[in-house]
Amino acid sequence: MSDYQPIHWSTEGYTRVPYAVYQQPDVLAQEQKKIYEGPTWSYVCLDAEIPQGGDYRTSHVGNAPVVVVRDDDGEIYAFENRCSHRGALICLDRAGKTRDFQCVYHAWTYDRQGNLKGVAFEAGLNGAGGMPEHFCKEDHSPRKLRVAVFCGLVFVSFSEDVDSIEDYLGPEICARIERVLNKPVEVIGRFTQVLPNNWKLYFENVKDSYHASLLHLFFTTFKLNRLSQRGAVIVSESGGHHVSYSMVDAPDQAAGTQYQEQGLRSDQDGYRLADPSLLQGFKEFEDGITLQILSVFPGFVLQQIQNCLAIRQVLPKGVASTDLHWTYLGYASDTPEQREVRLKQANLIGPAGFVSMEDGAVGGFVQRGIAAAGDLEAVIEMGGESTSSSPSRVTEASVRGFWKAYRQLMQA
Amino acid sequence: MSTLSLRERIADFHAAYIRCIDQDALEQWPDFFEAQCHYSVTTAENDRAGLAAGLIWANNRNMLHDRVSALRHANIYERQSYRHILGLPFITQSTPEVVEVETPFMVVRIMHDGQTDLFVCGIYRDVFKPGSDTLKLTSRRVICDSNRIDTLLAVPL
Repeated sequence: MSDYQPIHWSTEGYTRVPYAVYQQPDVLAQEQKKIYEGPTWSYVCLDAEIPQGGDYRTSHVGNAPVVVVRDDDGEIYAFENRCSHRGALICLDRAGKTRDFQCVYHAWTYDRQGNLKGVAFEAGLNGAGGMPEHFCKEDHSPRKLRVAVFCGLVFVSFSEDVDSIEDYLGPEICARIERVLNKPVEVIGRFTQVLPNNWKLYFENVKDSYHASLLHLFFTTFKLNRLSQRGAVIVSESGGHHVSYSMVDAPDQAAGTQYQEQGLRSDQDGYRLADPSLLQGFKEFEDGITLQILSVFPGFVLQQIQNCLAIRQVLPKGVASTDLHWTYLGYASDTPEQREVRLKQANLIGPAGFVSMEDGAVGGFVQRGIAAAGDLEAVIEMGGESTSSSPSRVTEASVRGFWKAYRQLMQA
Repeated sequence: MSTLSLRERIADFHAAYIRCIDQDALEQWPDFFEAQCHYSVTTAENDRAGLAAGLIWANNRNMLHDRVSALRHANIYERQSYRHILGLPFITQSTPEVVEVETPFMVVRIMHDGQTDLFVCGIYRDVFKPGSDTLKLTSRRVICDSNRIDTLLAVPL
């Protein structure tokens, strides 16, 4: 099928990754079939974004365009955004409200559950033309997807065999989603960051708790560092999902001296925020956790950094291009003061985020760095070979977990 | 008081503002704002939907100083510069107390290796107090036309 070499995995464990997996178009095509259309759940939108009958959003599962829509029965339905006639997009807008969907090309219409309901000139005109009598509309609907809603997150799957969403996530991940999405949320902003790298490099970066204090110097430069805090990494049974979290007993300010003792680049002195209110939030999580990064295979991230809440959806756009869709959240119950804290702390995240802008670039550094190294491998050995949970965040266990889940699905 | 027309004063302000950023004199950038000010970068889609969050969001000048010191001392990004090209300012409101102006812009980003691309375009939606000799912003909302930001937005717009 292709001129590409088969991907060669050199070890039994998950500590080596051949760079070719970030480079070859045939790998991306297999990922679409085996991962995105395989037994996985893909996040598409929030329940709260389509609250009423007829509200819809369009999104993607890998590269497959999908429509996600609520019908008058209150249920959410999802179907491939592809007219069953010639394959054109059925729905062109990012979001909206509609009674039904009509393809613009030849006006074939679909109901909100993705059933083909109308074929223009089906019976012809003046007794001539039209579809053959045996044409059965029921046999011609775009592919329908399974839908599962967990804590207001809408996940869809092409697979009939995929586990229930709760089993897919596992109890630890479920609990960590529930602690953040425990009451109604509101979208307060949406942005898309176009990353110059393969999707896996970004998803690995999310799971990589090792890089956080080394690449992102904002907290340490301004003496806001939190490495001395307690924390841990949780990796799901499948390996595919993870949580990295840290906590303090009192909100911040108690910047330790450990960075200086370690002599890291981040120990520069003399920098302070002119407006320290950036991080003077309010306590809203009783467990004291001030940072929680959670990922769900293959492309969902839920983030709590102090009072800053956001969802990130990771979508491949090509071998070396990835769309990162940010949805910034507040709670519907926010006071104006609480909402202002969230707006202020949103400076930490997104394409211009003090602690996340580097993540937009670093995947590109890898993509460019490995240009001639397709037959060589990355080393992912920090913390050993384990893919299990760890009390230390100086580990790449969750990155190895990703490759465990990935190779299982790719049969590699 | 200045003898320049309001339009001329706005044009001078814009020219000085973009020159400051494009010449990498970012330390002077907050001086274009009042101490109590609003500065945010968002997109037309968010603006239309009434969503308040920004890519950058500041409600005082100190936050602008902090952004510059973060760019200088904390954040990691490849060396790059901008070339701002502004269109004609459209004065949407003018009273002795407040002037509101919309000005379209395009920003070309030049990477250190010479790669030169249209990075963003949009409008500045500005509010000035016209009373003093030197115009300063009480509010600038940078509304990008596209919701897609390539790689990262480090240098302010």
